[in-house]
Amino acid sequence: MNAATTIVIVLCLAALGYVAGRLRANRVAGNVASSLHSRSGYYGAFVAIFTALPSLFVLAAWLIVSPMVINSQVFDSLPREIQALPDTDHALQMGKINSIAQGLEQLTPQDEARLKSGAVDMRSLLGEKGVAIAGEVEDYMPAAARKLSAMHSASGLYRTFVIILLAAVGLMWSWIQIKPRMRARNSVEAVIIAGLMLASSIAILTTVGIVLSMVSETYRFFTSVPPLEFFFGTVWDPRFAAAGAEDSAGQFGLIPLLAGTLYIAFVAMLVAVPIGLYAAIYMSEYAGQRLRSVVKPLLEVLAGIPTIVYGFFALTTVGPFLRDISAQIHGLAFGEVSSFIQAQSVLTAGLVMGIMLIPFVSSLSDDIITAVPQAMRDGSLGLGATHSETIRRVIFPAALPGIVGALLLTASRAIGETMIVVLAAGVAARLSLNPFEPMTTVTVKIVNQLTGDLEFTSPQTLVAFALGITLFVITLCLNFYALYIVRKYREAYE
Amino acid sequence: MSDAVTPPAAVAGTGIQKRDIGIKRRYAAERRFRAYGLIAIALGILFLTALLYTVISKGYTAFQQTAISVPVTFSEKIIDPKGERAQNPQALMMANYPVLARNGLVRELGIDPKNKKLVSAAGKMLSAGSRVQLRDMVLADPSIIGKTLPVWILASGDIDSAFKGQVDLSVDQARRQVDDQQIAWMNQLAKDNILVKRFNTGLFTYGASSRAETAGVGVAIIGSLYMMGIVLVLALPIGVAASIYLEEFAPKNRWTDLIEVNINNLAAVPSIVFGLLGLAVFINFAGMPRSASLVGGLVLSLMTLPTIIIATRAALKAVPPSIRAAALGLGASRTQMVFHHVLPLAAPGVMTGTIIGLAQALGETAPLLLIGMVAFVVGVPASPMDPATALPVQIFMWANEAERAFVERTSGAIIILLGFLAVMNITAIILRRRFERRW
Repeated sequence: MNAATTIVIVLCLAALGYVAGRLRANRVAGNVASSLHSRSGYYGAFVAIFTALPSLFVLAAWLIVSPMVINSQVFDSLPREIQALPDTDHALQMGKINSIAQGLEQLTPQDEARLKSGAVDMRSLLGEKGVAIAGEVEDYMPAAARKLSAMHSASGLYRTFVIILLAAVGLMWSWIQIKPRMRARNSVEAVIIAGLMLASSIAILTTVGIVLSMVSETYRFFTSVPPLEFFFGTVWDPRFAAAGAEDSAGQFGLIPLLAGTLYIAFVAMLVAVPIGLYAAIYMSEYAGQRLRSVVKPLLEVLAGIPTIVYGFFALTTVGPFLRDISAQIHGLAFGEVSSFIQAQSVLTAGLVMGIMLIPFVSSLSDDIITAVPQAMRDGSLGLGATHSETIRRVIFPAALPGIVGALLLTASRAIGETMIVVLAAGVAARLSLNPFEPMTTVTVKIVNQLTGDLEFTSPQTLVAFALGITLFVITLCLNFYALYIVRKYREAYE
Repeated sequence: MSDAVTPPAAVAGTGIQKRDIGIKRRYAAERRFRAYGLIAIALGILFLTALLYTVISKGYTAFQQTAISVPVTFSEKIIDPKGERAQNPQALMMANYPVLARNGLVRELGIDPKNKKLVSAAGKMLSAGSRVQLRDMVLADPSIIGKTLPVWILASGDIDSAFKGQVDLSVDQARRQVDDQQIAWMNQLAKDNILVKRFNTGLFTYGASSRAETAGVGVAIIGSLYMMGIVLVLALPIGVAASIYLEEFAPKNRWTDLIEVNINNLAAVPSIVFGLLGLAVFINFAGMPRSASLVGGLVLSLMTLPTIIIATRAALKAVPPSIRAAALGLGASRTQMVFHHVLPLAAPGVMTGTIIGLAQALGETAPLLLIGMVAFVVGVPASPMDPATALPVQIFMWANEAERAFVERTSGAIIILLGFLAVMNITAIILRRRFERRW
């Protein structure tokens, strides 16, 4: 019986337990509700929880542990020379045995007979059943596969039996517990609060997951490429083509990627900060209610557009437009038409990313500028300053820490942005100061290294995790600092 | 602009004349400053218009597709030359169906069937997708063999582009995909209303294809729907539970502080990092299938969780304390107070936050690339465990195709994506307007 059916049975038992618990609660109370500590539904829920929770917990543990136990047992039964192979081959062999076992389970008695008589070989027979085996079936494999499936079915049988027994015992035990003075509600609520607590720690688990997964893969990467070469190398040349060959060490220098990332983010900020800030100032200080109610949502639409759409816009419109216009300018200046801006360039990517960031800058700064107390405006205006002087000399300095925080948050977004740069920045990893040429970024390289056929042992793939953790740490620092500044500033006026 | 304020000493020492000059300059600075603000807003709106204009002007034609009504004779000689279909059902699968369509078109155009060159040029006007279309017709009803039926067959991608006026006809015919003969036929057929533009249902139903005319976002939409479903089932309950705990139950201590900082930080982690997490944990460690919407949904759930938590906490905070006090005063337990009173009142805010989080997840591309959703999936995925792709990923894959017909499809897909997002966001706004309560 598979796990899903077991879960359904357990849930049915839990529902039964709910009804039984309620009925018993009413009976022991002699149908006088006030003599019960809790309302009768809580007694039902109490029984249901004790029926379902322990057995589902054991089921989950079983599902995780039993494949490990079975695999190690099957592995121990393999011939010695197979066990002596390196770890990566083990996974391969076990994978094959697994798929053979899957195929064997689908065979009919006739198929078995054909196999025994030697009319077909195992691989083609399994192929007929839709189970493709990678490589030849070795002699020891069918036996191991049979052992594997036998153990699996035995485990499944025991599992179903134990789980249902546990659920039944839980039901009986908790049902017997029901007495008028029993505090069912307190127990049920304790379980609910524990559940809430568990949910809130998912955030922590995610962070831990991110850090652990990246650190372990990065560690594997650093066993083949020294960290110094990665962090201070100036050449990025992972050599995909010669994968597998011994001399294809490749060079993994972070510097050109980091330079490209920062350069593009800088250009993007050059576009987004003035436009976003001036828009925010105008909207919070000058604009009337009607203009504000039209413009603010319009700018926020820019924030709601997926970044892939910006990437497409850069690729098909902005890039060619800049290329053509640069050719025109070149033609006017030197009489010879040749474009000095390439379609994929730092400028294209930066410009489009800047457009994407405008709403972030404007809405964050808008909130901060609005939060500056009215008294400061009144004081400045009362002393005879013009509106713009008040903004530049009083409001802006007062809002500055908050705005810096907002800009840091925006910068962290620019650094982590992927789709725009994948489509518009190019893939050439080089160090240059010319914004009209393509450069590449950390995120582009993560995508490049991880799309396509993967082999999780080569540094060519693992480097993506090293890049990822670099990116994570940079944005983490920016975010922490920004949140710190924003929080500190908020307290000053509240 | 730095000299806008005249020092007070100078004002006191000199006459009225000098002060007037200062004021003039200061007012000019004021006007300039306002102009900068207006220019900034205008630029922002200009960019938005340019973006939407580009997408819509390039993409609206994708919703129409050119088709040709061809009288197809289901000739037994071509479908089943050896007459073996009764014994071998494979025969009907393997037959050369495009020839049927080509012969029909050749007859329609009145070309000499012996002129190989013209016949082949005419055949290229039809989509190679006719193979599947005619085969399915024959398999569904083998009795049509031997009859002649009019069938709407898609024109090839090049003819489609030419008919929509996207091909520059002034270029020498050797250097474009359609030659003058084909254009002439196209115009002749169009005059007789045999070649027409029809609403492109295929865009919504087809899967991946290397031919533009039979490529669609059907598989991508299904994949995206699976993922949205998973996000809704996972992120909404977990997010709401976490916010309830943090807002209503959590003691103020180091642990809750840590959780809070964590959530704020996760909201700002680059999305591609979540993709790396999904690849390392769900695929490599837990052994889930690559390219499956299940993994995509899990990754997007983790990504959406902070958004939902932040929105839900704001909604819970907005419920006035008097409601809580009243519930507790009437003898409700804290859990009853939250679930019977506070949460229902906060529900509109939670819904709005959830929809916005879902919209964010729907447009996300980068993490999905890393977990292998850049797959060439032709058939509709039957379950979330099957390989699938997502709407934004499909856009990414098409964006890398050079053909004009694919640019049109890409923009069309973007319009569909933006349409979905617009519907979601407008729903969120309406919910907020209808149900938002201010105490």
